[in-house]
Amino acid sequence: MKSINDRSQDIGPFVSQTDDGVIICRCEEITKGEIRQAIHDGMFTVNEIRRYLRSGMGLCQGQTCGRLVKNIVVQELDVIPAQLDPATSRSPMRPVEMKVLGNEEVTHV
Amino acid sequence: MSKHTDIIIIGGGIIGNATAYYLAKKGLSVTVLEASKDIGIGGSSRNGGGVRQSGRDTRELPLAMWGIKNLWPGLSEELGVDVEYIQKGNLRLGKTEAHQKILQGLTDKAVSCGLDVRMIDGDEIRAINPYLSDEVTCASWCPTDGHANPLTATLGYYKKARELGVRFITESPCFELRKIKGVIRQVVTPDAIYEADKILVAAGYDSRRLLATVGIDVPMKPMKMECLVTEAEPPMFLQMLGTAEADFYGHQSKHGSFVFGGSSGLEPFNKDNGTPISSSIGASCTCRGIMKYFPALADAKIVRAWAGWLDDCADKVPVISPVEEVPGLYIACAFSGHGFGIAPAAGYNIAEMMVDGQSIIDLSALRYDRFKPKQ
Repeated sequence: MKSINDRSQDIGPFVSQTDDGVIICRCEEITKGEIRQAIHDGMFTVNEIRRYLRSGMGLCQGQTCGRLVKNIVVQELDVIPAQLDPATSRSPMRPVEMKVLGNEEVTHV
Repeated sequence: MSKHTDIIIIGGGIIGNATAYYLAKKGLSVTVLEASKDIGIGGSSRNGGGVRQSGRDTRELPLAMWGIKNLWPGLSEELGVDVEYIQKGNLRLGKTEAHQKILQGLTDKAVSCGLDVRMIDGDEIRAINPYLSDEVTCASWCPTDGHANPLTATLGYYKKARELGVRFITESPCFELRKIKGVIRQVVTPDAIYEADKILVAAGYDSRRLLATVGIDVPMKPMKMECLVTEAEPPMFLQMLGTAEADFYGHQSKHGSFVFGGSSGLEPFNKDNGTPISSSIGASCTCRGIMKYFPALADAKIVRAWAGWLDDCADKVPVISPVEEVPGLYIACAFSGHGFGIAPAAGYNIAEMMVDGQSIIDLSALRYDRFKPKQ
């Protein structure tokens, strides 16, 4: 099985595709072309792409685009999906106001 | 593929990546071995993004000042990645007389090193940042401090180093360092034995276990810290912020989100299952701290929280040093939670040290053999 661990392996040149302008991460407005270019910049994992581009860092926290990003990496690097971890899930599950999150203490009666 | 390069760097964090870049720029062949699946997965991309001089120990302050003068302003252009460096000052905030004393002490020391930092009162603080609550009565103000994006800075160094031919191998945990005929030579991983003339250990807290295989010890322990980030908000202020008690710190990013780090006080006793996990109380506690300083942020929504380990040194400053006992071995670890801002300067100087035998900034106060028992 081909490994993604050698980051100097030849993955060929970046070739433009007709659908590179399609938005993949809606929250942060990241396109397919930007994600493909990031892979060619050496970002071979979903976590690295997220940190490099902010894809999956918006309001939905990647719940919409996570699998789409993964599939783009699979195609670009010619690997199988099982080789790639999803981006790390983070709390809270949905956006919470500071005044709510900071008010978690329960008063016992 | 050849398993030999001029230099091996253990650790694909910002220190390893920056050093790899500056070494490659000098024409050396470099291999970077990263234990995890991701580049820059540790403290490098989990910190609050401060690029500060104020509040630093005088032993590392010259390095911080040199980096802010010489490297940070041109870094985005040099790496071809926007590292979002903003140099609009740092306010270290206080509310009590005890805070005032702490801040005054730090300020006096920094001034003695030639840093432009001074104490200011509540009115001047709110002239700089009108969103701060009336509880804030004093602060140290350093106008040449700032902040940057730890994610793009760490990965930017990786991208640029890779372009210059540095070999990065992920999922390559190092078991052992080996000497041949008295000098450092080999790094043993599950898949291969790598060889180099010189080796840099820049693996955060993991450096301790690795250095032990050649009989060297750096007294440090892992310490967990937690951070959180809000959704994008309209632009409010550009300064980097901290507090006298170091109970929270942060800034508003170029993206508009606020990134804050904080502590609940229970970090030394958190569960450890091998990965740094946000506790259920951490983000809530940090939110309460932020709202006391910034009442206007009460309605800002938290979208994400995370935790990270810092490699907390016995005397709170890093070890950046050659190891004469093991010729060819170099150490850069134990940055104690304030490594991001000095990473470019550290990487540049480590590269100078490894190639020319001497760094531009005198780093002798950060030697590995400085630790002595109490008198």
